[in-house]
Amino acid sequence: MESLQREDRVEQRPLPLKKIETTKNKKPNNKKRKPSKLAVRENIWGYIFIAPWIIGLLGLTLGPLLFSLVTSFTDYNITSQMNFIGFDNYIKMFTADPLFWTSLYNTVYFVIFSVPLTTVGGILVALLLNQKIRGIKYFRTIIYLPAILSGVAIYFLWMQLLSPSTGLVNTVLAWFGIDGPAWLFDPEWTKPALIMMKLWGLGGGMLLYLAIMQNVPKEMYEAAELDGAGGFRKFIHITLPMITPIIFFDLVTSTIGAFQIFQEAYVMTENGDGGPSSSLLFYNLHMWNNAFEIFDMGYASAMAWILFLIVMVFTFIHFKVSKRWVYYESGDE
Amino acid sequence: METYVGNKKKMRIKNFFIYILLIGVSIIILLPVWWMISTSLKSPGEIAQYPPTFFPESFQFSNYIEAWQTAPFTRWTLNTLFIAGIVTIGSVLANSFIAYGFAVIRFKGKKILFGLVMATMLIPGFVTLVPQYIIFSKIGWVNTYLPLIVPAFLGSAFFIFLLRQFIRTIPRAMIDAAKIDGANHFQIWWKIILPLIKPALITVAILAFNGSWNDLLGPLLYLTDENLYTLQIGLQTFKGQVSTQWNYLMAMSTTVLLPMILLFFFFQKHFIEGNNLSGGQKF
Repeated sequence: MESLQREDRVEQRPLPLKKIETTKNKKPNNKKRKPSKLAVRENIWGYIFIAPWIIGLLGLTLGPLLFSLVTSFTDYNITSQMNFIGFDNYIKMFTADPLFWTSLYNTVYFVIFSVPLTTVGGILVALLLNQKIRGIKYFRTIIYLPAILSGVAIYFLWMQLLSPSTGLVNTVLAWFGIDGPAWLFDPEWTKPALIMMKLWGLGGGMLLYLAIMQNVPKEMYEAAELDGAGGFRKFIHITLPMITPIIFFDLVTSTIGAFQIFQEAYVMTENGDGGPSSSLLFYNLHMWNNAFEIFDMGYASAMAWILFLIVMVFTFIHFKVSKRWVYYESGDE
Repeated sequence: METYVGNKKKMRIKNFFIYILLIGVSIIILLPVWWMISTSLKSPGEIAQYPPTFFPESFQFSNYIEAWQTAPFTRWTLNTLFIAGIVTIGSVLANSFIAYGFAVIRFKGKKILFGLVMATMLIPGFVTLVPQYIIFSKIGWVNTYLPLIVPAFLGSAFFIFLLRQFIRTIPRAMIDAAKIDGANHFQIWWKIILPLIKPALITVAILAFNGSWNDLLGPLLYLTDENLYTLQIGLQTFKGQVSTQWNYLMAMSTTVLLPMILLFFFFQKHFIEGNNLSGGQKF
């Protein structure tokens, strides 16, 4: 029943989750009589219920991870025997495959620009949608819409929008006297084009910010107003600190997501060739081509592990640095 | 934002600027969508025209029919509905089942295992792509729907987390009462919890359906027989056939997106719910 009420409060109900947890844990949990039959039976039930997930973890995640680690030291090509070749794949990657560096550069470029831009964009749009004015509901719906639209159709749409001569983007730029670039045909502009497309679909992140902004107690703003704080100072001193946990969450997840950019480049370049001057050859596209075009599974596995390590390093840094700037109202988790 | 009587004029000016910005952003969002629809209705001649027209001179609805008949879209739609349908059922059943285990049952190692659930969200999916493909190809699952469907029945970290949060809001007394009445966990999950978390289940269903509908990677990797194609990979193939005939491409893009747009407008609340709960976890 509680869940039904929560449902009705969607708009104002962003993150009470933690509070719910803490009150729940206070339950008289310590009725551990003995290691009774009942407890044993509960254990068995528990494992039965999570069994599907365990199977998935072993079969789809941990198993494959280990398997690819082993494969990365072989010359496996799916039909051949596995011959161990030591670190050859890794050595080739760093010394003999210039496209590896191209793809890494392209990917890091994309991550470094798209992640901060979509984060800042999400916050700004959320601020705009957090205004209490008439009809705001409809604006929220419209601006969230692109978040659910993805896949090949949207990539086709953007290929059309970015068409150098007759596309919408350059048509609009021409109104302002700007001679738009060739976008997907100009190696300088291919990545900015994809980043622009990502910005168009930032609705998901925006909504997270909106939800937490609505959760900031009104009294805080009222107190600040009494002290004579204007809109900008209220944002810097109240809103921004209060939303840092979501900024952190958004940064971590969207960094991991951005490192995996693939479909856009695959669809928007001819048969996934990486576009003009390989400017859209992202890491995963290069890995894909190695794995499924020339079936060098060993090399692709080595690439996968390097990606894994890179992403882990980024995530680790995020977590480390977060201690300095993320503000949790109720202390550490 | 609260008005003081004397500040009314200032407020009005402020609101005016807010509306301007809101309308500006909305136009940026909607114009591409309109562009897609309008291009899909133009004749090839009009598309090549410069400067481009915002409103089609004549509505070529025949674009839709011709494009649909150029490739086996009917078959691809049915395939997609079949896969997305089963994935949806699998996601709802498996994730609620697993989430029940984590939310209600007290068992050894639960905390660590749930931490592991969360940790898997930090693993980039692409890292396991190659080995998964090798494994699935060795057991003969390539060119079947199994690699696309079976994983849905093994739960996903995000959905488990989302449903666990919901189940935990249900008063423990209800579960204990059912236990006293002799119900086992399986019965409690099916008869008591599932009906109570229906709104959350709808959220999971919609997100799973949306995800499966938009999935290109899975079909691209595992389906080679054109008869088995889904709409996403079908659309990609279709582009190979019509190359730059944008009227056809946009017509089929609109058609493929339309069900998702409708789903969004009917179940907006659930999309938003799912989206927001994903941020509920503070690392």
